[in-house]
Amino acid sequence: MTVVSVAKDYGLALRQVELAHGGQRFLGPLSLTVAPGEVVTVMGPSGCGKSSLLAFVCGTLDPALTGAGRLLLNGAEIGDRPPEERRIGILFQDDLLFPHLSVAGNLAFGLPPEMRDRKTRRARIEEALAEADMAEFYDRDPVTLSGGQRARVALLRTLLSEPCALLLDEPFAKLDVALRARFRSFVFDHARAQALPTLLVTHDPQDATDAGGPVLEIDAAGRMLATKTPRLSQSGPHHS
Amino acid sequence: MTRRDLLAYLPGLTLLLFLAPVAAGLIGTWLPAFGYFPALEGHAFTLAPWAVLLNHPGLGESLRLTLLSGLLATLVSFLLTIFFLAACHGSRMILAIRGLMAPLLAVPHAAMALGLAFLIAPSGWLVRLVSPWATGWDLPPDVATLQDPNGLALTLGLIMKELPFLLLMTLAALEHSRADERLAIARSLGYGPVMAWMKTVLPAIYRQIRLPIYAVLAYSLSVVDMALILAPLSPPPLAVQVLRWFNDPDLTMRFVAAAGAVLQLLVVVAAIGLWRLAEIIAARLGRIWIAGGRRGGKGRVLHLLIATAIQLLVALAAAGLLAMAIWSVTRRWRYPDALPSALTTDVWARQGHDLIWTTGTTLISGLAAAFIALALVLGCLENEQRRGLSTSTRALWLLYAPLLVPQVAFLFGSQVLSIQIGIDGTWIALVWSHLLFVLPYVFLSLADPYRALDERYSRTALCLGANPNRVFWRVKLPMLLRPILFATAVGFAVSVTQYLPTLFAGGGRFVTLTTEAVSLSAGGDRRVMGVFAFLQAALPLAAFAAALALPKHLARRRVLREQRA
Repeated sequence: MTVVSVAKDYGLALRQVELAHGGQRFLGPLSLTVAPGEVVTVMGPSGCGKSSLLAFVCGTLDPALTGAGRLLLNGAEIGDRPPEERRIGILFQDDLLFPHLSVAGNLAFGLPPEMRDRKTRRARIEEALAEADMAEFYDRDPVTLSGGQRARVALLRTLLSEPCALLLDEPFAKLDVALRARFRSFVFDHARAQALPTLLVTHDPQDATDAGGPVLEIDAAGRMLATKTPRLSQSGPHHS
Repeated sequence: MTRRDLLAYLPGLTLLLFLAPVAAGLIGTWLPAFGYFPALEGHAFTLAPWAVLLNHPGLGESLRLTLLSGLLATLVSFLLTIFFLAACHGSRMILAIRGLMAPLLAVPHAAMALGLAFLIAPSGWLVRLVSPWATGWDLPPDVATLQDPNGLALTLGLIMKELPFLLLMTLAALEHSRADERLAIARSLGYGPVMAWMKTVLPAIYRQIRLPIYAVLAYSLSVVDMALILAPLSPPPLAVQVLRWFNDPDLTMRFVAAAGAVLQLLVVVAAIGLWRLAEIIAARLGRIWIAGGRRGGKGRVLHLLIATAIQLLVALAAAGLLAMAIWSVTRRWRYPDALPSALTTDVWARQGHDLIWTTGTTLISGLAAAFIALALVLGCLENEQRRGLSTSTRALWLLYAPLLVPQVAFLFGSQVLSIQIGIDGTWIALVWSHLLFVLPYVFLSLADPYRALDERYSRTALCLGANPNRVFWRVKLPMLLRPILFATAVGFAVSVTQYLPTLFAGGGRFVTLTTEAVSLSAGGDRRVMGVFAFLQAALPLAAFAAALALPKHLARRRVLREQRA
């Protein structure tokens, strides 16, 4: 699946990442590389720290926890940047659309502020909605949308912020089975089309299969059990 | 200095703003109590003020009144609260009562006391309603139902004000206690509903309602405005006596007043200590009682009794407010008529000028204190979230400090301080003194909702490229609009209620609806009293109504906009 051959620097790389609580390590050390357009899946029992790993990557780790290790995005160190400057988008189990904003308001929240012109902004949002078959939802209140529609708006909001990588925190878990498959391919198709390095954490083996990329399994103690591709490894001295 | 740095200093600044006046005020009261007060030629420490205080002929009676009304009001409010929640857990009645308690909490103490006075006075509405056809009283009966020698009218008034506070605080504690699960288990083991609540829920939540109970105790033991209306005045409860000494034209009485203020503090400290001791004993006995395994009955009689008692109290409060409203538009209401024989709006018109000025002062100080408190509280909560601080119970004690220290025990000292820094009798002093009491309540109302907001919303917004300030203004504030408006209304209501701080910090230059209503209560024109008391109660209620209506209004406008689109 990982046919993308790009310069080694491109993509999202975690190097010797460890998470600790009160000095007690609960995850890692682990290193992995996600190439542009690739989806790497991290699987593990609940409580093993998968979500904290994503929080560490996007810079919103609970201050009670400490993280160590290097984060590289397209070759640049991002570990010491605040979350809003990392350009990493994240989707959660819940869509978390802002209830005080309309669908378009939510999408506009995601659009970069550098895009100044009102008409351009509006056009960009309309285009995104149309492409997701949701053109008529522009002015709607998010609460009036179905679960699947809300999930799609949440992804669009993230994509419109022009991220350089995508993190998925079990975003399919709360959708019913039929919807799940559709939304999954919607997400993966977009991620691939935009060549986003994508890191997915999940319980569901089907998610991993559909993602089609390498799978990293973590046990309850936060250690890596197995990977299905050589691109990933428990970090060691051999790893550059 | 970056903004983040500014924010980090905010909690310290907030604590300083509202603890410094209390601490300085206490010291500034203690020194004169022991004779040191250079402004009045007191240069040496002496116990003379204490000698005068302890030889004061009415002191024993003042103390008896204070302890009786304060302890009884707290105990009854506490028992009513827990037995009501135990007997009615999960019933619809709790929801209904909860809805009624919030507005009752908003009604200022003085208005509640005046309303009660309008009802239970010998020539009050209750007697009028049943006279002379049922009682045969053609003249008001010669019974001291108001300002009775045992302070029972004051006790009743305090219960009517403190019960809503304790009930709402206990309900808030219940939300985090998984009470339903505990009760389900106890019930399935054969315990009756009341017994199950007492044995499995109360021990779990008592810790959380301890501080509110102490605040109620401290308040009830040192209340001034309600006591001026409902308690006997010769001799009066201790706090009122202390205030009289502070206002005595003979300036040397300031020393005695300061000693009295220290005694007032000691009374409160001793009462809290006593309550704490009772807690420890009750916990010991309680463990034995729980281990005994008695299941208890269905509790139907208790349910009936307690529900009736609560409903009666609510009805009494509502009738008091109604009585004020009726009196404010009365032209003639002869005893024993059940209703006025002629109505008029003259009283309102005649008081127009005074009303506008006092209402204006009340509004300005209330809004200023509420919004400053809101800004400080939001800043502290935001700082806490950005830096991942968890609040300890110790911080909560600091927050409660102004509510646990009797007002009369430190306001004199604070006033001395404000004279020294030249702000005595200014708006700054007035608003600042209100802020001491507004801030804790705003914090208590806002902290839970603020901390409960799903933090993934801000994480999402951050990952969309919004910086923390934008997340605060564009995501958190709009999502928390409802609790923020509610907390502002709480702050405003607390400010409107303030009596002593307005007297002391205002230096007599500011007249609010509360100080006016209390000073009118000594006069006797019920129509004028009705006008001021009604308006005093109406302002906070209007603030709450606005806080509830505004988010709905905004939501409706959005729906309309969307329908047009």
